[in-house]
Amino acid sequence: MEKRVTFQGVLLPLLLVLPQIVVTAVFFFYPAGQAIWQSLFIPDPFGLSMRFVGLGNFEFLLSDPYYRASFVTTAIFSSLVTVVSMGVALYLAVLADRLIKGSGTYRTLLIWPYAVAPAVAGVLWLFMFNTRVGVVTWYLGLLGYDWNHVLNEGEAMGLVVVASAWGRISYNFLFFLAGLQAIPKSVIEAAAIDGARFWTRFRTIVFPLLSPTTFFLLVVNVVYAFFETFGVIHTITSGGPQQATTILVYKVFADGFVGQDLGSSAAQSVILLVVVSVLTVIQFKYIERRVHY
Amino acid sequence: MATVTLENLRKSYGPTEVIHGVDIDIADGEFIVIVGPSGCGKSTLLRMVAGLERVSAGEVRIDGTRVNDVEPMDRNIAMVFQNYALYPHMSVFENMAYGLKIAGTPKPEIAERVSDAARLLQLEDYLGRRPRELSGGQRQRVAMGRAIVRKPAVFLFDEPLSNLDAKLRVQMRLEIKQLQRRLGVTALYVTHDQVEAMTLADRMVVMNAGVADQIGAPLEVYARPQTAFVAGFIGSPPTNFVAAQLLRPGAPDGARLGVRPEHVRVVSPGEGALQARVMYAEPLGAETLVHLKLADDALFTLRQDGTAPVPEEGAEIGLAWDDDAQMLFGPDDRRLQG
Repeated sequence: MEKRVTFQGVLLPLLLVLPQIVVTAVFFFYPAGQAIWQSLFIPDPFGLSMRFVGLGNFEFLLSDPYYRASFVTTAIFSSLVTVVSMGVALYLAVLADRLIKGSGTYRTLLIWPYAVAPAVAGVLWLFMFNTRVGVVTWYLGLLGYDWNHVLNEGEAMGLVVVASAWGRISYNFLFFLAGLQAIPKSVIEAAAIDGARFWTRFRTIVFPLLSPTTFFLLVVNVVYAFFETFGVIHTITSGGPQQATTILVYKVFADGFVGQDLGSSAAQSVILLVVVSVLTVIQFKYIERRVHY
Repeated sequence: MATVTLENLRKSYGPTEVIHGVDIDIADGEFIVIVGPSGCGKSTLLRMVAGLERVSAGEVRIDGTRVNDVEPMDRNIAMVFQNYALYPHMSVFENMAYGLKIAGTPKPEIAERVSDAARLLQLEDYLGRRPRELSGGQRQRVAMGRAIVRKPAVFLFDEPLSNLDAKLRVQMRLEIKQLQRRLGVTALYVTHDQVEAMTLADRMVVMNAGVADQIGAPLEVYARPQTAFVAGFIGSPPTNFVAAQLLRPGAPDGARLGVRPEHVRVVSPGEGALQARVMYAEPLGAETLVHLKLADDALFTLRQDGTAPVPEEGAEIGLAWDDDAQMLFGPDDRRLQG
């Protein structure tokens, strides 16, 4: 017997999926098509005419040292954001998993940062680390450290990484906690009786059993770091100093809307489109198969 | 090989005490079965011996040494869990070798001990498989294998057979018994199944609401239950109870008489100790269970030989039994003499 619901005609099912199709068409297919189209042209400085250049924009981009530097910046930035947010989240989840009393409160409080929009999170961190009036800057000053992310490239990168990772910890924490709680308690107890102490148990039992969650989060966090951190970077550093925090998605904005080089900006969007497609394919291929067991 | 002693062992969760002081002395190599209905605290007791639950009061001693504050891994025990608790991401070999590997056992010795255990449990062909590729019975064997390769002083079993089907359960029951005999390791086995308890135990501990009601050899417990609970829990169908004053004027208020179904004989109506009406009979082949209703609507069961004539439904009959077959329990459910 067919268990799925099946429809006789074509009209009703089409009607039912229409809203989704419309949303996808308006907000994805149309802009993506526009990006691909525009990436083949160079507009004149006043936007009055466009000149067809084929793959010229791409050729120029790939030989542009600034663009290649931005690739490296993105790689560093997204690895740091992913490692920091997942590492801290896993640590907190392991602690919360061991907690019996008050775990509800603890969990609720940990989830709150997720509700803060990236741009707002960026402003919050900017206030704390403001080079003149920031609270943290002031305390660092007392300790004899002169914080200045406006001039120091490393400090700028550190700040945007922390601000981006912060809100993300909540999200990762939830998944890690759910993953930890899905591991049967008796398996952990069996390992304890087998002689494994906490760290050994974590390394040989818990972490391997958590690997499907870890892998899922890895992909999701990389995608996040690539695309959704725009607000944080825009509010804190605007890509500076000296493009030290200009990740690919910020460069799309900076070159297109600030630099008015729409052709190059469109070509960069297309490259990002390819990158995210690859990530999605990886995600589906491995997560659907479940890692490890 | 080791002795295990529980002395006035108590467990509380907050203000609620769930185990009210249990004393058991287990000899080296003895097979002890803790049996009781769900919620009686039997698993909690076992987990305290394992070190998975903190002891609230009293003492657990393994081989004479107090282990209350000793971590599970340092107690020299092995445990078989109800759901087997196999490591799903490891092969059968790795599952069995895990404890040895952590203990730093040399590789050749690990291989030897695992293959010995695998031979003993007929798992040799499955060493490369993952737990999910095994049947329930095979998983059960792997869990056993994981316990025996470490050569522990004490085996702990937490309802290890309750996830198996009836036939496999009987087979594994025998295997566990043989294995324990061959290895001579002290074993503590928790179950809610009284048949398992009767067949496996050297001595059994009948738990009731956090108290060990009776400790003794299975047949001894069966023949001379010390409380009404034990009389009712051990034996299937359970012991029949009637108000003692019905048969013995002068017995204290609330006292009850217990008679096992197999000790009851059918006699002509008007004779015997009690009168009853036959409700229905269950012929099981070797024996027949006859369900009866007494004058006060209480239920009563008798068990007779399969070849004996089965009384008709609705018939009035008399019930008789020998005096030494009846058990008198006081109002506090403790056994009184007589």
